[in-house]
Amino acid sequence: MARRRILLPAAAAVLLIGLAAGPALACGGLIGPNGAVNLLRTTTFAGYHDGVEHYVTAFEYAGGGGAFGSLTPLPGVPTSVEKGGDWTLQRLLRETDPQSLLDARLAVPAAAGSAEELMKVRIDALDLTVLRGGAAEVGQWAKDHGFRLPPDAPEVLDFYASRSPIFLAAAFDPTAAAARGQAVGDGTPVHITIPVSNPWVPLRILGLGKTNGEAVTADVYLLTDRKPALLPAPTGRNGIALGHSAAASASLLSDLRSDRGMDWIPESGWLTKVEVNGTADQLRYDLAVDATGRTVPSKHAAGLDVVAPAAPSDGSVDVGRILATLGVMAGGVALMAILLTARPRPSGMAASR
Amino acid sequence: MTRGRWIAITALAGLLAIVAGGAAGAADTSARTIEIDIHYSHFTPSQVTVPAGVPIRFVIVNADPIDHEWIVGDAAVQERHRTGTETSHGARPTEQSIPAGGTVESVVTFAAPGPLQYICHLPGHEAYGMVGTLVVTGS
Repeated sequence: MARRRILLPAAAAVLLIGLAAGPALACGGLIGPNGAVNLLRTTTFAGYHDGVEHYVTAFEYAGGGGAFGSLTPLPGVPTSVEKGGDWTLQRLLRETDPQSLLDARLAVPAAAGSAEELMKVRIDALDLTVLRGGAAEVGQWAKDHGFRLPPDAPEVLDFYASRSPIFLAAAFDPTAAAARGQAVGDGTPVHITIPVSNPWVPLRILGLGKTNGEAVTADVYLLTDRKPALLPAPTGRNGIALGHSAAASASLLSDLRSDRGMDWIPESGWLTKVEVNGTADQLRYDLAVDATGRTVPSKHAAGLDVVAPAAPSDGSVDVGRILATLGVMAGGVALMAILLTARPRPSGMAASR
Repeated sequence: MTRGRWIAITALAGLLAIVAGGAAGAADTSARTIEIDIHYSHFTPSQVTVPAGVPIRFVIVNADPIDHEWIVGDAAVQERHRTGTETSHGARPTEQSIPAGGTVESVVTFAAPGPLQYICHLPGHEAYGMVGTLVVTGS
């Protein structure tokens, strides 16, 4: 019997790595103070069933020369990346927050980053590449493809690469978008299928390119067989709040199942909505999920056990002081040597002189 | 106190004086090397003091997977670079581009005392904290 697990509405999976693309000049000012995209509220749905996570999100066409892209950390190597259903995300919004539907933004500015390219897919005007590599490799890939990563990218990429060095880079082909008559704001839904043993929803990536204190907002929908356990718990004080938690209605499941590529939707499940309303410095974690709801989710999956690198020192360097200090240390060693060699001999030996 | 200990202490004091004097002398006359590390888009150290009129060899090590800049100068220089359009630097000793994972060396002799800054002017980097202070002291 197929074991059903979680549908992780991974709005978080949409890691908006503000990849300022193109000919960004070395001297500042052309891309904006953050060097990244100003992201709108995003919505993502992730489902976990039979050890497979189904990730559905949308990438929003930002227009222009395709100057922006995005990177989404993935919990594993996907088996497929395909066009997502047309109404899944909207239907989820209607289920939990019908009033906000008209204002809902279902996309994320695109992105990209020299890593191993595991898969390349074109969906409409959207170029998607699944990458495997650490921070250095992804950074090089981004550079090779004309994207400029924001200044917090090295730390954020390390945060993810130490756990799952798989990323989905997305970027719109502006020529193709124009040929398709795609308007700014039009979203392209993408469905990513990922076999994983421990699902998680990346949240920290949502703050990429943002300054401390800058708002990060997103809606993350999870569909699981049972009420899941979440880590961190969405307390509302830590940047995430529980917006909905109830058995999924039959009508919702039926509607979702009827959308493209969504026939894997189970007959029953538990719908959870996690609202991300935090700041970039607050969201230093991801959302770990235990689909069974029986155990505490993995700290590792939440990124809570990732040891923060030593903060850059603010200490100053004065060459003269350094030399003087080294001199004093050398002097101390010399003094110790002299004192040891000058230590009085035992009285018996002195008397024998 | 034994005679031996007096000799030891005297010798130690002399040694310290010699070492301290040597250090001060070296600070004024010899070329020096200062390494500035870049990690997670921050300079370490973020404050450096150097004497005027002495060549300083800066070794800038970029451990990050993204490019960075090291622009040294006063407020006017920094302002010019905030709105500049140069895609790369290296022609001037005080203006260097450091590629991802790369190391750049530059020898600079600061003519006059005064406070300067070193900043990365790539988009968003200064606001992120890629700023350091360089104090040039009188010789």
